[in-house]
Amino acid sequence: MIDFLAGLGRAGLGWFAVLGRASMFLGRVLLSQDAVLRRFSLTVAELYSVGVRSLLIIVVSGLFVGMVLGYQGYITLVNFGAAEALGGVVALSLVRELGPVVTALLFAGRAGSALTAEIGLMKATEQLSALEMMAVDPYRRVFAPRFFAGFVSMPLLAALFSAVGVIGGYLVGVGLLGVDSGSYFSQMQAVTDWREDVVSGVIKSVVFGFVVTWIAVFQGVDAEPTSEGISRATTQTVVVSALAVLGLDFILTGLMFGDL
Amino acid sequence: MKQRFLEVSVGLFVLLGIAALFYLAVQVSNIAEYRDSDTYEVLAYFDNIGGLKVRAPITVSGVRVGRVADIAYDPERFQARVTLAIQSDHDHLPADTQASIFTAGLLGEQYIGLEPGGDFEMLQAGDEILFTQSALVLENMIGRFLTNMSTD
Amino acid sequence: MHVSRESVDDTPHVVIEDLAFRHGRKTVFEGLSMTVPRGRITTVMGPSGTGKTTLLRLIGGQLRPSSGRLWVDGLEVARLSRRSLYNLRKRMGMLFQTGALLSDFNVFDNVAFPLREHTDLPEELIRHLVLMKLEAVGLRAARDLDPSQLSGGMARRVALARAIALDPQMILYDEPFAGLDPITMGQIVTLIRRTNQTLGLTGVLVTHDVVEAMAISDQVVLLAEGRVVDRGTVDEVRGRASEWTSQFLEGRPDGPVPFHYPGTPYRDDLLGGKESRT
Repeated sequence: MIDFLAGLGRAGLGWFAVLGRASMFLGRVLLSQDAVLRRFSLTVAELYSVGVRSLLIIVVSGLFVGMVLGYQGYITLVNFGAAEALGGVVALSLVRELGPVVTALLFAGRAGSALTAEIGLMKATEQLSALEMMAVDPYRRVFAPRFFAGFVSMPLLAALFSAVGVIGGYLVGVGLLGVDSGSYFSQMQAVTDWREDVVSGVIKSVVFGFVVTWIAVFQGVDAEPTSEGISRATTQTVVVSALAVLGLDFILTGLMFGDL
Repeated sequence: MKQRFLEVSVGLFVLLGIAALFYLAVQVSNIAEYRDSDTYEVLAYFDNIGGLKVRAPITVSGVRVGRVADIAYDPERFQARVTLAIQSDHDHLPADTQASIFTAGLLGEQYIGLEPGGDFEMLQAGDEILFTQSALVLENMIGRFLTNMSTD
Repeated sequence: MHVSRESVDDTPHVVIEDLAFRHGRKTVFEGLSMTVPRGRITTVMGPSGTGKTTLLRLIGGQLRPSSGRLWVDGLEVARLSRRSLYNLRKRMGMLFQTGALLSDFNVFDNVAFPLREHTDLPEELIRHLVLMKLEAVGLRAARDLDPSQLSGGMARRVALARAIALDPQMILYDEPFAGLDPITMGQIVTLIRRTNQTLGLTGVLVTHDVVEAMAISDQVVLLAEGRVVDRGTVDEVRGRASEWTSQFLEGRPDGPVPFHYPGTPYRDDLLGGKESRT
C-alpha cells in the first residue's frame, strides 16, 4: 500500500516536472517567434510538411463525415417529418464540433506524430546538439517555424473539413435521399450563425492547433534519444493530444455555447 | 525548383483554407445579416414569451425583417421585455403595429410576427410596440379548453 | 609521437579547475582538474561511462558544471551570456560520434550550413570554400549525396569538413574512431593529425581506442571514476604504468578494474539458493 502511494506520488511529481519543462519550452519557442518572419523560407517548408501534406486526409475524412452526417441526420429527422432541416443539422454539427475536433485528432495523428518523430530523430542523431555547437539556436531554426506552421495550418484545415463536410452532406441528403436543395441551404443559413457558430468553431480550431503542435514538438524534444524513446514519444503525442483536444473541447463548448 | 514547388503548394493550401472559411461564411452561415446590420431597436412587452429565444426571426407577412436582440424580465411591469432589432430599410411600420409570438410548424422554433396597423405615425427607434400577443402555451390552452367544456 | 612546434601563445586553451558534475544522483565528475594546451592534441581516455562525452559538452557549454570552474580561451563558459557563448562556439568545431549531419540537406549544403548561417558571403565564394573543405576530407565528388547514402566513415569525414568550415581554433572529437573499419580508421586518424598540424588547431579527443589515440596525441589524460588518474605525454604515461594504466592501455580483461560486476561471491549465490531481496 505504501509502495503504491509512493509510486503514485512519484508519478505525480513526474507529471508536474513534464508540465514544467513543457511550459518553459513553450515560453522559449514563443520568444523565438521573430525567427518565423526573418527566415520565411523555413516557415514555408514547414507549412508544406505540416499543412499541405495533411490536406488529403482532411479532405477525404471531411467528405465522408459529411456524408455520414447526411445519412444519419436524415434517418433521424424523417421520423419527425423534418427532413428539410437536414442542412442545419449537418452544418451545425460540422462547424461547431466535428470540424475542429475531428480535424485536430487527424492532425495529431498525421502531422503531430510526424513532428515528434522528426524532432526526436534529430535529437537522437545529435543534430540538435550539432546545431547548438555550430552556434545555431535550434529554437529559432527548428522549433519556432514548426510551431508556427502547426498553429496556422489547423484552422485552415478545420475550415476545409467543415466546408467539404457540408458538401458531403449535400451529396447524400440532396443527391441520394431527395431533400430539397433549396431548403438544405436555407435551413443551414437559418440556424448557423456566423459569430456564434462559425467564429466559435474557428477559435476552437486555433486553440487545438496551438495545443497539438505544442505537445508534438515538445514530445520530440523531450523524447529519450533512442529508437524506443522516439516510438514512445510518437505514441504519447497522439494519446496526449487526443485527450487534450477532447478535454479542451468540453471546456470551450461550455464557455462558448453554455449560456444559450 | 524545389523551393518553388513548396511555395506554390503552400500558397494554394492557404488559399484553399481561406476559400473554405469564406464558403462557411457566405453559403453556410447567416453572415449576410451581419453585413446589412444597420438596425433600429424597438421594445415590446409580453405576458408570456413561451420558448422565444434571442436571435429568433422577426417577420412581416412572413418576410424576415430583423431578429430578437434581447430578452429580459421587467420586474416593475411583471412582463417580459423583448428588444427587437429591425433592419433600417424597413422603417415604415405604423406605430400601432401588433407583435405576436408564433410557432413555426408544430414543434418548430418560435418567432415574432408583426402585423402593421393603420396609424400615420411610424415606429421610431426606442419606441414601444403597444399591441402584443403572447405565445400560446399548450398547457394553458388545454386548461382553458377543459374549463369551457365543464361550463357548457 | 610528440610534435614540437614553436607556439605563439603559450596559455592553455582550456583550463578546468576542481570541477564537479552531477546528473541526478549520479556523480560524473568530482574534483576534476586539467588543462588543454593550445595547438596540440589532447586525448581523454577512460572506460565507458566515465563521462568523456560529458566533458566535451561541458567544454562546449551545453552542460553547466555543478561546481568548480572551466575556462575556454580565458572565458568562463558557464557564466557567458547566450550571445557570447554562441560567439565562442563559432571558434569551436565539434565532431560528433555519428557525424550528426542535418538530414534535410545533402553533403554540400551540410558543409555550407555554418557559412550560410554565420556569414554574408556570396554564394560563389561559399561554393569555393565548401569544395575546398570537401577536398580536404577527400569527398568533393560526394557533394550531391544525402547523409543517408553515406557510410559511417564518410559521414564523419563530411562532419569534419563542416566542423572546419568556419576555420575554428579548436575541435572537439567525440569518439572519432568508434565502429570504423581499419582503412577508414586510418583515414580519420590522418585527417585529424593533418588538420591539427596544417591549421594549428587545438584538438580534444575523447576515445577508448588506445593505439590510434596514442599515435596522434601530444597529451594523454586518463579518466576513471570522475577524476584524472594520470596525465602526461604518451611516453610519460606509458612509462609510469601504474597497474590501472597498464590494464587499460593493454586491454587486459581483469585487474584493478574487475571483470565481474561487484556483488556477493559466486559461491554464496549458488549455496544461498533463493534470490535475496533487499
